[in-house]
Order: sequence, then C-alpha cells, then structure tokens
Amino acid sequence: MLGRVANTIYWMNRYLERAENYARFMDVNYNLSLELPPNEEQQWKPLVVITGDWELYESLNSKVEKSKVNYFLAFDENNPNSIYNCISLARENARAVRPEITKEIWEQINSLYFLVKQGLEQKRLDDKELRGFLTEIKNGCQLVYGMYDSTISRNEGWDFGKLGQVIERADKTSRVLDAKYHLLLHSPAKVGSSLDLIQWAALLKSVSAYDMYRKKYGKLTPSSIAEFLILDTQFPRSILACLINAEKSLITLCGSSVGFSNIAQKQLGALKSQLEYDDINDIISQGMHEYLNDIQLRLNEISSSIYNSFFDIEIHV
Amino acid sequence: MSKIDFTAYDTKDFYDEMFDENNNVRPNYKMFLERLEKLSHKKLKSLQYATDRAQLSLGMTFNVYADNQGVERILHLDIIPRIIGNSEWTLLERGLQQRIKALNLFIQDIYNDQKVFKDKIIPKEMILSSVSYLKQLEGFKPPKDIWCHITGSDLIKGGDGQYYVLEDNLRCPSGVSYMLENREILKRTFPELFEQLGVKPVYDYTHTLRDTLEYLSDKEKPVVVVLTPGVYNAAYFEHSYLAQQMGAELVEGKDLIVKNDIVYMITTNGLQRVDVIYRRLDDEYIDPLVFNKQSLLGTPGLFNAYIKGNVALVNAPGTGVVDDKAVYAYIPRIIKYYLGEDMILPNVKTYICDEEQDRKYVIDNIHNLVVKQTDASGGYGMLIGPKSTKKEQQEFITKIKNKPRNYIAQPMINLSRVPTITDDTIEGRHVDLRPYALYGDDIKIIPGALTRVALTKGSIVVNSSQGGGSKDTWVLNR
Repeated sequence: MLGRVANTIYWMNRYLERAENYARFMDVNYNLSLELPPNEEQQWKPLVVITGDWELYESLNSKVEKSKVNYFLAFDENNPNSIYNCISLARENARAVRPEITKEIWEQINSLYFLVKQGLEQKRLDDKELRGFLTEIKNGCQLVYGMYDSTISRNEGWDFGKLGQVIERADKTSRVLDAKYHLLLHSPAKVGSSLDLIQWAALLKSVSAYDMYRKKYGKLTPSSIAEFLILDTQFPRSILACLINAEKSLITLCGSSVGFSNIAQKQLGALKSQLEYDDINDIISQGMHEYLNDIQLRLNEISSSIYNSFFDIEIHV
Repeated sequence: MSKIDFTAYDTKDFYDEMFDENNNVRPNYKMFLERLEKLSHKKLKSLQYATDRAQLSLGMTFNVYADNQGVERILHLDIIPRIIGNSEWTLLERGLQQRIKALNLFIQDIYNDQKVFKDKIIPKEMILSSVSYLKQLEGFKPPKDIWCHITGSDLIKGGDGQYYVLEDNLRCPSGVSYMLENREILKRTFPELFEQLGVKPVYDYTHTLRDTLEYLSDKEKPVVVVLTPGVYNAAYFEHSYLAQQMGAELVEGKDLIVKNDIVYMITTNGLQRVDVIYRRLDDEYIDPLVFNKQSLLGTPGLFNAYIKGNVALVNAPGTGVVDDKAVYAYIPRIIKYYLGEDMILPNVKTYICDEEQDRKYVIDNIHNLVVKQTDASGGYGMLIGPKSTKKEQQEFITKIKNKPRNYIAQPMINLSRVPTITDDTIEGRHVDLRPYALYGDDIKIIPGALTRVALTKGSIVVNSSQGGGSKDTWVLNR
C-alpha cells in the first residue's frame, strides 16, 4: 500500500472518531446542564478544556456561553477540530483514498458531510435542533464503523484505519477523564449526593461507558470509574483496551509479535505494558493528572513514530 | 394532476432526436414516449430530484477551474435519455474504428518514417509547429505500436440528421465515469424500460479498460496504476472511480519514484515496480526533467523510463498533435492515405487560417462562423460568430492576423436537440455525443456515450465548465 494512502486512511479514521467523540461529549454535557444549577461558565468551560482548544476559544470569544461553546465545537470553521472540520477532512481523506474503501463507506461519509454542511448553513443550535443533530452525527459515524467492520478486508488499510481510530479514542478518553476527575473531586457537591452522582454518571456517558461500568462495578466511585476508563481490558473505549488493539494492528503490520521492529512498535509496546502492570491506587497516589498527561504525550509520540515508520519512508529510499 | 404532453413542443429549425419535423415520434423513442406520457409533471420532477440527490450521495462532483478550490458542482443529469437505434450506431462504430486506426498509423508515421510529409499529404511545418509535437519521441515506437489507447471523440448531429466528428480527443478524454454512473442512476429511474426496450449494457467498460492496459505489458500480472494530479483536479472523481472500478492503485506523481529508468511506487513495505500507467496528466506535466520544470504533479525520470521501454504510458505522450484543430482539417486525407478508404464519419468543414485563401474567407464571413483556437479545449478560446458582438469579432480578426497558425473556423452547425426538463416544462436543448473507444488487441467502441447537453435555452456550448449537463445514452439492441 502507498505510504500516502496509508497515512490518509489513518487520518480519515482519526477525524471520524474525533467528530463522534465531540458529538457525544456535547450531547452528554447538554443533558447534564439541564439538571445543574444555572452557571454557564462552570457548565460549559470544561467541555472546551477537554478538547484542548481552550486558548483558541478564548481568542475567538469574549465569554463562555452555551451557544458559543456549541457553535465553536460543532460548526466553527476557525476551529480546526470542530465537528464540521473533522467531517470535512474525513471526507477529503476518504475522497483521496476512494479506491481503498467501499462504495457503502464512501457514500455514508459523504452523506455525513452534507449533514454537517447543512447544519452549518441552518445553524442548528436551538435546544431541540442541536441534540437531534448530535445524535445524527454519532449514529452516522457509528454506521461508518459498522460498514468498515463488515465490508473492508482485513488488509493493511484496515489496520492503519484501526490504528488511527484507537489512538484517537485513547486520547479522548484520557482527556475527558483528566478534565472531569479533577473538577468533580473538588466540586462543592457532597460526595454521594444526587448532584455528585449525576456528574460522575455524565463522565461515564461521555465515553459511552455508563452501562458497561454499572454492570461491572454497580456503585459509582471515583477510583473505580478511573480504573474502568484507564485499565479495563474488556471495555473498548478504555485506554488500555485501545492500546491492546493498537498493538494488535501494529503486530499485523510489522509481522513480529516479539520485541519490536520499529520505533512506533517499541513506544506503543512500552506504554501498553506499563498500563498492564499499573494499579489504580498507585495512579491516584502518584497524581491522576500527571499520569494522564504523560499518556497523552506518549500517544502523540507514537502517532509521529507511526508516521515516520510507515508513511514517510521516502527518506529511507 | 396534469400529465405530460408534447403538443406545444417546438421542433422548428433544428433536428430533434425524439420527434420528426411533423412532430411524429421517431421509432427509437416510441416506447419511451408512451412511458413518459403516463407520468404527471409532478412525478417527473420528483424523479429528476431523486437523481440530483443520488449524484450528490455518490460524490459525482467536479471542481470548476475558475472557481475557488473546494467549490464542487454536480454535472446535472437530465433524466430524459438520448436514444440511438442499432443501425445508426453500427455506422458510428465503423466510422470511429476507421478513424482511430488511421490516426494511430498517422502518429506512428510522423514520429518515425514521416512518409506522410514526403508524400505531401500534410505540410511538415504544420505538424512540427504544433505545441503538442514532442521532438523527444522521434524514432520511438510504443508497446504494441499503439498510441491512442483511449479515445473520446466529440460528435454532433447536424440539421441534416448526419453525424459529424467535431474533435478527436486523443490525450486524456474525460467523462466516461459519467457515462457509467448515469446509467446506474437511470436504471433506477426507469427500470421497466430497460427490460422492455433492450438497451445495450456499458458496465464492462472498466473490465475492457483493464484488459487494454494489461495488454501493453508482457508480464502475466502487470502492476497497473492510475496517475492523477490529485484531489483538486476537476476530474478527480473520475480518476478515483476508474481506479476503484479496475482495482488499480490510484497514485499521484509524488507516490512514484524512478531508479535506473525503472518506475516504482513507494509503499509501506518499500518499493514496488509499476508496469503500466494510465495517466490523467497532460504530457507537459508528467516529467519535470523533460517538460514543464515547474510541474510538481509529475515524476522526475518518468519520460526516460518510458523511452527505455520499462513502463507503458496510456495514452502515449505525443498524441496531442492530432487534437490540434489545424490537423483536424487534414483527417479525411489522412484516412485515405493510410487505409485507402473514404471517410465514413465526415468532418465538419474547416477553414485553416494559416492558408491565405481560407483566412480571407474567415475574416470576411466571421459573423457566420465559429472560430476556434487550435490548441485550446473545453469550450475556451472560441468565438461563435452569429452570437457575437462586432467588437468581439474585431478582436478575433486581430488575433487571427497576428497568429494565423493558432486559428481555424467552421460553419455554424445547428446541433440536434433532445427534449430536456426545464423549470416548468420540457423543451428541446442542444446536445453532442462523446462515445468512448478502447484500442487493445482490437478497437472496441463501447455501446453508449456521454451525451452532453447545453442546459441554457438556445445555447450550443455543452461543456461542463460552462453550464452544460449530461444525459444517459441508450444504444438499442435493434
């Protein structure tokens, strides 16, 4: 497979995953805000912080308002990570690798694009409109994942796509947990109060983890929630599960399951092994924020190593 | 609900493909008309609307050069098809085969023996002065001696009901993806007609195309790629469509590398040798070492690899000479010279401004003529005499006098019309016809075509970049 093509597939999947995550974060936050005491700044600022684009938001907006935050995350063309931009880029990438994907996938990504384009034109930001829109985005992206699973051969392209998806997913899960965990531990709401519970439940729902978490742990406690989102090996959005899947794809691509054959495989293997032997109590006593921040940095490193090892091989010619 | 009727349909002054001059339906369209007349206007509109949606969701979009990057349009597909009877098609097929065979011999000759000059069939200077003539190819013979593997000639039908070849398009003719996708869409629009009418299928085009490309290599399983300028090219949809349909890799110039005159693509597992390149890049961009030095689209060293015989390029470089509109005028003589046959499909009468007598005629009669720049395409650089102002005519006269070699003129042809859906009714619109030919072990004409239609009332400019749309073209079994 062409290096350029592999890179494009990788990013197409990352952008789709990002758009889907944003849509879910926003939807959950919206739902949550309806039941919290009115304070726009407190309710909506963390949402922007999770995405890592707070500085950009501040430079474009004078204050934190629900409609402005939603516009920024969903439609703003000045925000490179807005849903609109992510879907547009995913489509541009899909177009560039049209021969590698199936007709079903292309048409679905294309129709997602028309959905966001229309959303932008109609400014779907009203209370009812926005949630409908977010649901359509989430379902639309999930539909692509399903089509990917059922129409794409398990070839190189599939593995590069999978890599992009799970690395993006691990990054987003770590960011949500990072932003919210801190905030909730230091929130004035009484531990175990209904306000407290709603917020922890919202954190789980932001990464579609509520139902599976309840099944496994029953009770909502901060340390179990952190454990579930970081170290669970069975839940597909936990950081460790994402790393396990990323490693599987890298092994297929590199052809060696023992040791490593390039720097990407080395870095990923090291991070995965660390998480395999980490204990939630150690993580908490060490400092959750430092721990998650380290994961995010290393994920970025892994992403650039993948680029250097597979996509930019002209240098080795 | 008002049904569709054609009592007010105007067939005056032009050849109409559906009705004769007495407003009687022509035999090819009889069954289609019966079907159409059962529909209400509202139903017809909704069928048309569903078509527009289908095109968008298929991503059948193109970028217009003059627009900003990223502005996409669909090529409007009018759902009333162009229907061609079998006997008419057979003639067309023979005519095109004859023409392509002769042109291929002609190209081989001008780059090799140059007998055609020695026998004074065409002036040598005319060819050597063409911007598309590539001196680097002198003495070169391509694999299997085939130069024009893929042709998409533009034909028109005049007021006399006769087909004329307007342009040969031997470089990178585009539009075939629209022929194929239009058919898929129309099969959903009028499924019952396809069963009853006996329409020849076009679906095997991409299979034949792959065979045509593989034919050029001696390997059992040659590596075939489609070379595109990239996603911002107006025809990118088509490049990716063809690659995907053929199961070929879609590459950009930067995905290829030439080492020791062998072409490789850069894959995640290292270099892989490429045997055949269907390039959708004009000659001047394919190799910055030989042609346009500024070109970032091509691959350095590609041309030399080609000359050494290590890779096949489709179409061969250098075929653009035939697309020169001044050469066009000589094609009847070229066919006679190489094949000893009379031309089956006529040319449009052409005045060569480089020849003094013709030039004088053109300048005196410019208001009645269509003047074309010899090295332009896409409907650009032309003057439609009867529809132009005195000032525009004067400008063209000046241009002709300054550079006579760059201009030819033709009489205004009244392009035939086909009923076309407009905002509130159905009216005749002018059309042309672009069938596709593939030259492999023999010359195959795909029984179908892209019919381009000038959507603006009265207009004869059918180019997609200038407000043209398309129609599906049905060739009947009988």
